[in-house]
Amino acid sequence: MAKKNDWVRIHRNVLEPEQRTGKLPEDTRKVPLEMWVKGRLQNDSAEIGDEVTITTCVGRAEHGTLIEVNPCYELNYGTFVPEILTMEEQLRAALFGGDEA
Amino acid sequence: MINGMIVDKSYQAVTGRKGEIINRAMGVDYSKYERDGIVFDYEALMNDTGYTLEDHIRIQRRYNVGNTPIFELHNLTALARKCAAPGKGARIFVKDEASNPAGSFKERRAAASVYHAKKMGYKGVIAATSGNYGAAVASQAAMQGLKCIIVQECYDSKASGQPEIIEKARKCEALGAEVLQLSVGPELFYEVLMMLEETGYFNASLYSAFGVGGVETLGWELGHQFMERYGRHPDVVVCANAGGGNLTGTARGLKKAGCEARVVAASVDLTGLSMASDEQFNRKSFTTAHTGFGVPYATDPDHSDVPRSAARPLRYMDRYVTIKQGEVFYITEALATLEGMEKGPAGNTSLAAAFSLAQEMDRDQIIVAQETEYTGAGKHIQPQLVFARANGIEMLFGDPQTEVPGVNIVFPAAPSLLKARDAGLDRMRASLIRRQATRATGPITAADVRYLAEETNSGEAYVREVLKKLGY
Repeated sequence: MAKKNDWVRIHRNVLEPEQRTGKLPEDTRKVPLEMWVKGRLQNDSAEIGDEVTITTCVGRAEHGTLIEVNPCYELNYGTFVPEILTMEEQLRAALFGGDEA
Repeated sequence: MINGMIVDKSYQAVTGRKGEIINRAMGVDYSKYERDGIVFDYEALMNDTGYTLEDHIRIQRRYNVGNTPIFELHNLTALARKCAAPGKGARIFVKDEASNPAGSFKERRAAASVYHAKKMGYKGVIAATSGNYGAAVASQAAMQGLKCIIVQECYDSKASGQPEIIEKARKCEALGAEVLQLSVGPELFYEVLMMLEETGYFNASLYSAFGVGGVETLGWELGHQFMERYGRHPDVVVCANAGGGNLTGTARGLKKAGCEARVVAASVDLTGLSMASDEQFNRKSFTTAHTGFGVPYATDPDHSDVPRSAARPLRYMDRYVTIKQGEVFYITEALATLEGMEKGPAGNTSLAAAFSLAQEMDRDQIIVAQETEYTGAGKHIQPQLVFARANGIEMLFGDPQTEVPGVNIVFPAAPSLLKARDAGLDRMRASLIRRQATRATGPITAADVRYLAEETNSGEAYVREVLKKLGY
């Protein structure tokens, strides 16, 4: 459960598929234009999935479905990619390991 | 609500108000640059900002932008010479734009926009960008004390996002901006118009004269740095090309520094991938500096978030080459492993092209890749390749020429297989001439022809020939 002033992330459809413009590929035309934004919860309390209002960090009011409380980034450097090691070995060999490039 | 009136927020109503919204959000009346026929007075737009090159330099120094170092890449030069014919292989340099506060050259574009917004009394700035420009505007807004909203195209309909774009969202938030993320689609500009109308903030457009004028400092610095250190100008400057502002500003700055280097555009080849396609959005590994932006914006500059773009790259381009995704990743790894510099992949687009173009040039010549960009979790060769593989992209070593965007990434099986390929500059010039000619309401005049020659960096005879072939 989230309470007032918690930092949350919301989601809302800005345009439903039938409201989208004519200049779109077929696959994009079939789906809505969606929006995600973060801010402080303005409702006294809310559960994930509730329709809520927030105030963003610039002071703007937004509304949408509550999807995350205390949202965070989970970016990383990914798992091992063997091709990167192969490139490194090949480049060092090409420059320092003989005349063949 | 605006002034107590209910405002129609439908797509048609908002885009119908584009002219007045942009006018209020920039303080620029673009209609005054329109002339008879198809002519538009580009230099008047550029000169009307009230900021000279010297002003841009002063503002950028005040806000810690620019004056970035140039580095000679001795090992990459040595490797290029091993791949080249005897006597060939120009000295390769890079301008380390990653050392700007937010990590890219884009801060040159942001500085004057934010400065001007503040001077004009706007409370905040808004920019539509999934790229480094967002971090640049957020950084400058933080420094200059304005609020900032960045609108990003970020996710496909499964809410899966490019790691590179998500990293930029993180950085914008870290620098104090509100980040509004959207799913795939050109209606991003509709959302931006609504936000401008709602907030009354300044439109820090990538394509404004403030922004493109700010990049002139990059070219100007290049000219002077080479003169001071080597007593000569570079022979070729390679600029990554997407919306065209990087190349346009750099080329204008080079001219102002008296440098006559040939200016080469380089874009990552994403031919065949639709930029507005939900299903193809995550099948690309480069979200900028690619042909999906580079070609349409070069041939039709005026389809951005301003009525007339200040980024008009065909006016300054001597050559346009493409480079494959696998080649840019490869040169990114080469920069790390041979030169000890770990930088973001997209910022190495021009370097990948320079590595190939150097091999066509003499050893005593100089070629410069005019940017680098920061790297970090997400925005790095490894997570981007992991993401590509998760999206079904095959990775192999071979001839990058065989790479099919959206299907595979082909790393060069040997450094000599990395090749910049000509993108067909004449075809693009003809395309621009055709598009602009169709806007004419009467016969094409001599003034129109003169204008089209300027727009395409060609000559009046060239334009007349193209028009004749098109049936004019």
